[in-house]
Amino acid sequence: MKIEAKSKGSSKIPTASIADIVFLLLIFFMTVTVFRQYQGLRVQLPPAKATKKIERKRMITHIWINAQGEINIDDMMVPQEQVVSIMRQKMIENPATIVSLRADQSARYEIVAKLLEQLKQANALRVNFATLTEGGGRR
Amino acid sequence: MALEIKKKQHLQKQAEIPTASLADIVFLLLIFFLVTTSMNPDKGLGLTLPPPGEEIKLSKENILSVYVNSKGEILVGEQVISLDQLKMKVKERVRQNPKLVVSLITDINAKYKYMIDALDEIKLAFDELKKENPEFKERISLATPAF
Repeated sequence: MKIEAKSKGSSKIPTASIADIVFLLLIFFMTVTVFRQYQGLRVQLPPAKATKKIERKRMITHIWINAQGEINIDDMMVPQEQVVSIMRQKMIENPATIVSLRADQSARYEIVAKLLEQLKQANALRVNFATLTEGGGRR
Repeated sequence: MALEIKKKQHLQKQAEIPTASLADIVFLLLIFFLVTTSMNPDKGLGLTLPPPGEEIKLSKENILSVYVNSKGEILVGEQVISLDQLKMKVKERVRQNPKLVVSLITDINAKYKYMIDALDEIKLAFDELKKENPEFKERISLATPAF
């Protein structure tokens, strides 16, 4: 009796759909990406357990305060007195601005308190104290 | 003559755009976006400040003052407590009086970290209360030091 060898069908992985899959991934990343706009100052953020995300990423004004008490708003070094006028300008441009305050954990509270007072005067009332998730790493 | 024309038509049909490299191009783009995407978004403790000039009078029973001094010690009411106890204390007091406003008063010479530590505990307390009963409202106020 002869056993017929099974006809070896050409075993190929279909690759035609790879491009489509990659396109989908690409579109996902394109929509999700928000380019980091600002360099900022080097700060060590304090850790916190109640850390939450900010939903609207595109309406954020970043304010950095380093351990020396220097203030930086969206990559501009700003002297203490000018914070109100600059923040007013930002609020006119976009009334829904959220301020993300990235202050160094060893900064003096006085500087932060003064800044909060100025934010109030500029009507920038939605503030987010940037923190690290407990046990988190970077910056 | 007729045969030649037929041949030419046949050749024209073969014109195709090469799509083999499309996937490679898209892959490159994908890698670019993968690399540039910052996957750690802005995170932190959110707070809404009161509008300027608006002073709401609160009766004393409705305020829980939390003091943080320059060494990071915490005083609630008349008691010095540790950071771990703060959450329990806030929860206990807010349960007794749901209208309670937690006022965080920090020494201007204190480190920013101490203030965030205390704020974190207060936030956690409110988060846990909200889980039990969504009707609890978060009322936190940052006291303004006189300059």
